[in-house]
Amino acid sequence: MTPRSPRRGRAAVRDDATAAGRPAPRAAGTVNGTVTGTAAAGAPAGDGPVLEAEHVTRTFGETVALRDVSLAVQPGELVGLLGPNGAGKTTLLSLATGLRKPDSGTVRLFGGDPRSATSRVRLGTTPQETGLPPTLTVGEVVDFIAGHYPDPMPRAELLGRFGLADLARRQTGALSGGQKRRLAVALAVVGRPRLVVLDEPTTGLDVEGRHVLWEALREYHASGATVVVTSHYLEEIEALAQRVVVIGGGTVLADDSLAAVLARVQVRRVTFQLTTPAADVVVLDRLPGVRDVSRDGDRVHLLAADADALVRTLVTGGVDFRGLEIRGASLEEAFLALTAESPAAAGAATSEEMAR
Amino acid sequence: MTTTPDQHTRPAGAAEPVAAPSARAALPPVANLRLALLHARYQFLETIRVPIAVIGNMLFPALAMFFFVVPQESVASNPVAATAAVGQLGMFAVMSTCLFTYGAGVSEDRQQPFDPFLRTLPAGAGPRMAGRVANGAAFALLGLLPLALIGWLFTDASVPGARLAVSVLVIAAVALPFLLLGMAIGYSLSSKAALPVVQVVLFPLAFAGGLFMPPEAFPGWLDSLSTALPSRAGRDLLVQALTGSEAPATSLPVLVAWGVLFAALAVWAYRRDEGRRFR
Repeated sequence: MTPRSPRRGRAAVRDDATAAGRPAPRAAGTVNGTVTGTAAAGAPAGDGPVLEAEHVTRTFGETVALRDVSLAVQPGELVGLLGPNGAGKTTLLSLATGLRKPDSGTVRLFGGDPRSATSRVRLGTTPQETGLPPTLTVGEVVDFIAGHYPDPMPRAELLGRFGLADLARRQTGALSGGQKRRLAVALAVVGRPRLVVLDEPTTGLDVEGRHVLWEALREYHASGATVVVTSHYLEEIEALAQRVVVIGGGTVLADDSLAAVLARVQVRRVTFQLTTPAADVVVLDRLPGVRDVSRDGDRVHLLAADADALVRTLVTGGVDFRGLEIRGASLEEAFLALTAESPAAAGAATSEEMAR
Repeated sequence: MTTTPDQHTRPAGAAEPVAAPSARAALPPVANLRLALLHARYQFLETIRVPIAVIGNMLFPALAMFFFVVPQESVASNPVAATAAVGQLGMFAVMSTCLFTYGAGVSEDRQQPFDPFLRTLPAGAGPRMAGRVANGAAFALLGLLPLALIGWLFTDASVPGARLAVSVLVIAAVALPFLLLGMAIGYSLSSKAALPVVQVVLFPLAFAGGLFMPPEAFPGWLDSLSTALPSRAGRDLLVQALTGSEAPATSLPVLVAWGVLFAALAVWAYRRDEGRRFR
């Protein structure tokens, strides 16, 4: 394994993201060359996980936000938490950053209690909305947050990285939405944290703003930090994450490399009309790669991993269908397909798929 | 596994000063003091960027002094009565600053998304709270300045230097229960509810506590009711410090008792808030 320089261009970083598609174990030092070198350099609190949740359950009144969730993030990982709105992503992060306590189970941040301030010295987070004190200037907000850390990034360097260099004297209330968002993410790294936790970092940004932020995050990760990012955009997770944890209904549905999860989540929705309703049940069950079957009158909706193979089978199998439609499934539909299986089975299945 | 030196750039260096803190270790006191000053400074900046809030705070007691005390010859030309009037309105200024800053202000802050973000920073609740207290004290003192100036220029109110020094300490002490009451309101109510509650609490307490009208002018029943109120107890202690006229023996215990009650309420509201704010 050859450690690479932490300062690399974008192309090199992209390579990592795709290279992580290999069925690599998740322990530090083995995911790829970059992580090996930099994780050793960072060496936060021994070799243990940066962030660890064990059998964590959290409810809000009647709603179970998290149900017996276990998850460990190792130093140097770039983890994407993917899931529909209300899946429990934000709740999980609020436990990790010490905002809330789990009802049961334990959460450890650098081996300590996230609710104690000393555990959070190497943690960086960002305000979820663009909620910055409107009367303070950009420079003042940066200095204020920087003042909490032992060795913060100089203001000019930070603002330069996030394309905010000219705005230091502007009041945050006068910033555009994109600028606020970039400042918010900049605040997450001003203390040179070893773990950056970002909840929906690019919500409400245009394409360009998104790419600027992604680039900055990849760069920061390449310098050796661990990054956990939530999103309900598949595109964002694809651009950033090496390991993907899919959360839905308060549980971990899948936890694997980016490529493996993509293969599971990128299902197609195949819809057609059956002219001979009697025969369908048996036939549909035997179709290859079908994840979910639902019916709406005489219309049949299938979620399939390989739509081409499915259609070929339909044709050669002599199924009498009409009005065939194929489109990419939405994330929600893909998650639905994942929910249909147990999380453990899902994990095992993905590994097999990957091994092929 | 080997690492090349260039991998030890910024982040690696950053980790060193804070290497492996134990799970339960508290921040060192110096760090906490530094953080408290940091929070105080930026809260101060935030507040003075909206000058009308500061000016309004300074104006009301000063205007009350100018319109209700200065024109009354019998009060204005009597050094003890005039000084007591300054003390009363000073008590009102402090009480109102505390209730507004900590009641309305805290509940407003809690609704900003910036607030939970600040709670993920490596600082406990202490520095932020200390910053708030320092700011409340600073603005309360600012509110007292025009009042003192008017008393000095337009009435016969006078306070010897030593008494003045003691009075400033007494003001800080009598402010404490109201600060806690403000926090109890701020941490338990939404900002829409906190503002009217603060007003409903402030004015009756001020009036019945003898802050607008001296208690000597009260009917007997109101006077005895009044002595059980924190505003009256605070007023009496402050007037005693300023003029030397004896406060009732009950003043201090009454004030302390209310202080303990408000502290318990504030702590309860703060704890309860932690878990439910994010629902």
